[in-house]
Amino acid sequence: MAETIDQIFVLAKDRFLDLLGIVLPDWIILLVRILISIAVLLAVAPVVMMYMTWLERKVLGRIQNRYGPNRVGIFGLLQPIADGIKMLTKEDIVPKNADQVIHFLAPVVIVIAPLLVLAVLPFGRNMIAADLNVGLLFFLGVSTFGVIALFMGSWASRNKYSLLGGMRAFAQMISYEIPMVLSVVPVILVTSSLSTAAIVEAQLGWKWFIFTPWGGFAALVFFLCGVAEVNRTPFDLPEAESEIVAGFHTEYSGMKFALFYMAEFISTFAISGLAVTLFLGGWDGPAFLPSWFWFGLKTFILILIMIWFRGTLPRFRVDQLMGFAWKVFLPFTLANIFIAALWALLPYPKNFIADTIGITVILTLLQIFNRKETPKKRKYLYAN
Amino acid sequence: MFGWGVLKGMLVTLWNFLLTYLWPKKGIFTVQYPEKKLPLAQRYRNFPFLVYDGTPHMIRCVACKICESECPPKCIYIIPEKDAEGRVQKKPAVFDIDYAICMNCGLCEEVCPFDSIFMDHEYEISKYNRAEDLMVRKEALLKPWEYFAKIRPHDFERIEAKRAAKSAKAKPVAPAEKPSQKPDAGPTSPQQGSVPKNG
Amino acid sequence: MSLPCAPTLKTELLEVSIGPQHPSTHGVFRMNAVLDGETVVKLKPVMGYLHRNHEQIAETLPYLANMPYTDRLDYICSMTNNFAYALAVEKLAGIDVPERAQYLRVMMAELTRLVNHSLLIGFLLNDLGAWFTPVFYAFREREKILDFFEAVSGSRMMCNYFRFGGVKADLPESALDQVRRIVRDYPRFLDEFERLLAGNEILKSRCQRVGILPKELAVNASITGPMLRASGVNYDIRKADRYSIYDRFDFRVPLGMTGDVYDRYYVRVLEMRESVKILEQVLKQMPEKGDILSAKGLQACRAPRMWKPPAGDAYGRIESPKGELGFYLVSDGSPKPYRYHVRPPSFINLTVLEDLCIGQKIADAVIILGSIDIVLGEVDR
Repeated sequence: MAETIDQIFVLAKDRFLDLLGIVLPDWIILLVRILISIAVLLAVAPVVMMYMTWLERKVLGRIQNRYGPNRVGIFGLLQPIADGIKMLTKEDIVPKNADQVIHFLAPVVIVIAPLLVLAVLPFGRNMIAADLNVGLLFFLGVSTFGVIALFMGSWASRNKYSLLGGMRAFAQMISYEIPMVLSVVPVILVTSSLSTAAIVEAQLGWKWFIFTPWGGFAALVFFLCGVAEVNRTPFDLPEAESEIVAGFHTEYSGMKFALFYMAEFISTFAISGLAVTLFLGGWDGPAFLPSWFWFGLKTFILILIMIWFRGTLPRFRVDQLMGFAWKVFLPFTLANIFIAALWALLPYPKNFIADTIGITVILTLLQIFNRKETPKKRKYLYAN
Repeated sequence: MFGWGVLKGMLVTLWNFLLTYLWPKKGIFTVQYPEKKLPLAQRYRNFPFLVYDGTPHMIRCVACKICESECPPKCIYIIPEKDAEGRVQKKPAVFDIDYAICMNCGLCEEVCPFDSIFMDHEYEISKYNRAEDLMVRKEALLKPWEYFAKIRPHDFERIEAKRAAKSAKAKPVAPAEKPSQKPDAGPTSPQQGSVPKNG
Repeated sequence: MSLPCAPTLKTELLEVSIGPQHPSTHGVFRMNAVLDGETVVKLKPVMGYLHRNHEQIAETLPYLANMPYTDRLDYICSMTNNFAYALAVEKLAGIDVPERAQYLRVMMAELTRLVNHSLLIGFLLNDLGAWFTPVFYAFREREKILDFFEAVSGSRMMCNYFRFGGVKADLPESALDQVRRIVRDYPRFLDEFERLLAGNEILKSRCQRVGILPKELAVNASITGPMLRASGVNYDIRKADRYSIYDRFDFRVPLGMTGDVYDRYYVRVLEMRESVKILEQVLKQMPEKGDILSAKGLQACRAPRMWKPPAGDAYGRIESPKGELGFYLVSDGSPKPYRYHVRPPSFINLTVLEDLCIGQKIADAVIILGSIDIVLGEVDR
C-alpha cells in the first residue's frame, strides 16, 4: 500500500501510457511521456509559486504580529488568484525610451531558466523528469542564465535604478556562482556522480551529507549562496527597494512584473529543492510516508527559513556582499574540498577527527584574516 | 563568533511568529476593522457637530460666530436667521462646516460659550465628492443632546452641572439666557448694531 | 574618473535623482546624487515639496489658533511641538504654569520621545532592508502610547493638548494606569528590540563607520539632539537650559564616541531608557490633584482672538526628540504674532547630509538620511 502511494504519480503515468500504447506506435508514446512530464512541471510550478507568495505573506505577517492575507477565501487561500487577476488586468506600461523588444523579452526569458532546472530535480523515488547524467551541471549552468534576463530587463528599461540593479545583479550572481559550485564539488567527489538521482541514492538510509562535518558547512554555504542567487534578503541588493526602488524590474508592471516574481519564486523553490537533494537526502525519509512528501517537507522547511530571513535580517551593502563571497565563502569552500577528500580517504574515526581539525583551522584563519571587517562591540559614555 | 547576533535576532522573530499562534490575544495586535472596532476614548475628537435640545428646531447655537472667527483654518460658515422684519434672530440660518478643511483641532468646542458645538465620534465619513459631500450643512450637523450624553458621559455631566449653575445664577437677573462672558459681546454687538439699519 | 586597473576604459558619472517619490526618503524629499559606480561623489538635497507656509499662516492667526498648526510640523511628535510653542508664548507673556501641569507636560514630552525614537529605529531598519519587522514591533508599542494620547487629548497624533499656562485637560480616570503599564512594559520591549537588532552583525557592519559626523562639524553646523550627542558632544537642552521642571529629575545623557550611523542609532536606544527613567520619576512625584491651567493661562485660552500679549519677543526651546526645537515670537501687542519663526531640528540637522554622504555607497546615503531622523513636515514647514 505504502509502495503504491509512494509511486502513485509514476504508476498513474505508466498506466496512462499503457492505455495509449494499445493504439499508438512507440515513438509517439515516447513523445507523450516527455510531454506529460513537461506539462506536469509547467502546471505545478506556477501553482507552487502562487502559494509560495501566499505563504510568504502569511509568515511575514505572523512574524510581524499581524494576520497576513485573510480576506479572500478561508485563510486568504484565494489571495494568489485575486493577485493574479489583478496582475492580468493591470495596465502594461512600457517606457517611451525603452528598448521595446528586449523590454518585452526579458520577463519571458527569465522564467525559462527556473522552469528548465525543475527537470533534473528528483521529487520522489523515480520521480525525475529527466535523469541526466550531468544533472547537477545542467542545474548550475542553466540557473545562471537567468541573470542575462535580469540584465536584459534592466538595460532595456532605460532607467538608472534599473541599471544599478542590473549591475548589482550581474556582479552578485557571478560572485556567488563560484562558491556555490565549489560547495557542491565535495558532494560530487564523494558520490562520484553528477546525476541528481545518483546523489540521492548515495544518501539513502540517513547518510545525509548534512550530518558529515564537511557537508554541514557546505550545505550552509550552498544555501546562503542559493539565497544570494535568487536575490532574497539579506542578499536582495538587485531589487533593494529602499535604495533603488525595485531594481531591475522598476519599469515593469502588470503581468510582466508578475513573471519576474514568478521566476524568483520558482528559483527559490528550485534552489531549496537542490539543497535538499544534495545535502538533506532528497526524498529519503521514514518509509511510512511517501517519498515525494519528504522531499516536499524538506523543501518547504528551507523555503520557510528563507522567509524567516526576510522577516528578520537587514540587507548587506554591495561591497560587503562581494567581500562575503570572495573573502569568506570562496576560501572556505576551497578548503572544504580537501576536507571532504580527507573524509573519503580515511577510515571512520580518523576522518571525523581530521575533518573537525580542518574545519576549525579554516574557520579560525577566516576569522583572523577578516577581523578588520568584523564589527566590534561598543561602549557608550553617559554625561550627567 | 560572527553570526551569533543574527541568530539571536532570528529567535526573536521566531518567538513572535509562534506567539501569534500560541497566544493570539497578546501576539497579534491588528484589529479586523469592519467587523471589530476599538472602543473610542471619550475625549476622542473628530469633526464637529451641533447640539439641539429635544427637537431639531431647538438649536442651541445662537449664531454668535465665535467659532467661525476662532476656527484656525476657517472652515465654519454661519449666517444668522432673520425674522420677517429682518431682525437677526439668535439662531443660525446657515451653518456649514467644510470637512475637507476642518483639521479636528477642537478649538470651536473650547471657545463656544453656549455649549452648542462639540466634536463627534463618527469617523466613517468617506465620501465620493469632495466639493459637495464634504461641505456639511446645518441639517446634517444637528444631533440631539442625548447623543452627546451617550458618546461622552463624563463631559456631559460636567457641562450639565455647569449649565445648571449658570441658569440658576442667570434667572434672578434676567429671564432670557444671557451669557455674562465678555468675549461674547464682541461678535454679537455688530449684529445688534446692524438691526436698526435693516429694520 | 577612470578605474585604476583599466586606464583606457571610459567611465561616466551617473546622476540619479532619488526622490521625491522614493520608498526611503521619508516623505517628499529629494537627493540629487552623482554616482561613480555605487559611490556617491556629489549629493544635493532638494527640499520644499511639502512647504505649507506655516510661518506666514501663523502670523495671520491668534496665538492659540497656532497650536493645532504646530501639531502638523513634526507630525510624529506633536506633543513636543506644542510644548515648545507653549513655552515661547509663556515666556512672551509671563504666564506661570501650575505644578501638576508641569508634570503632565514632561510626561507627554517623554512619551513622545519614546514614540519618535522607536519609530525612527524601525524605519532606519527598513532603510537597511529589514522588511518592516522592526517597524511593526515599534508600531505595536507606539499604539499603546497613542491610545493614551487619545484618552487624554482626544487625538492620537494631532494632540493639540498644551495650552499657554498649562494643558488642555486633566487626565481621565484610568489614564494614569495606562502610563504605568507603558512605563512598566517599555523596558521589556527595548530589550526585545535590542536582541533583535543591536547584536545583529549585518546591521553592525552596515552602520559602523558609515556617515561619520566629526565633533567639530557637528558643532559648526549647529546640529542638535541625538545626532550631536552621537558625535560625543554633551549638549542636551534638558540639562543645559533646564526648562520646565527637568531639573527635578535624575537622568543621564548618553554620548556616542564616533558619530556614525550606529552611534546615532544606539544613542537613541539609550535615550529611550533614560526617558523611561524620567517617566518613572514623574509618576512618583506628580501631585495627585491640582490646577492644570493657571489663571493667566485661562485668560489667554478662553478667547484667543481677544488676548493680547505684551509687545516684545521671546524664544522658547525644548529638547524635542529630534533636537532643539525653538519658536521665536515677536509681539507688537496685537492678538496675532508679528513674527513667528520656527527653528526646526530636522531641517538644520539635514544640512550636513552632503558632508556625510560623500564617498559612501548609495545604500549608505539612504541609511544616513534615515539616521538623521527627518520629518518632512518639519523640514519644509
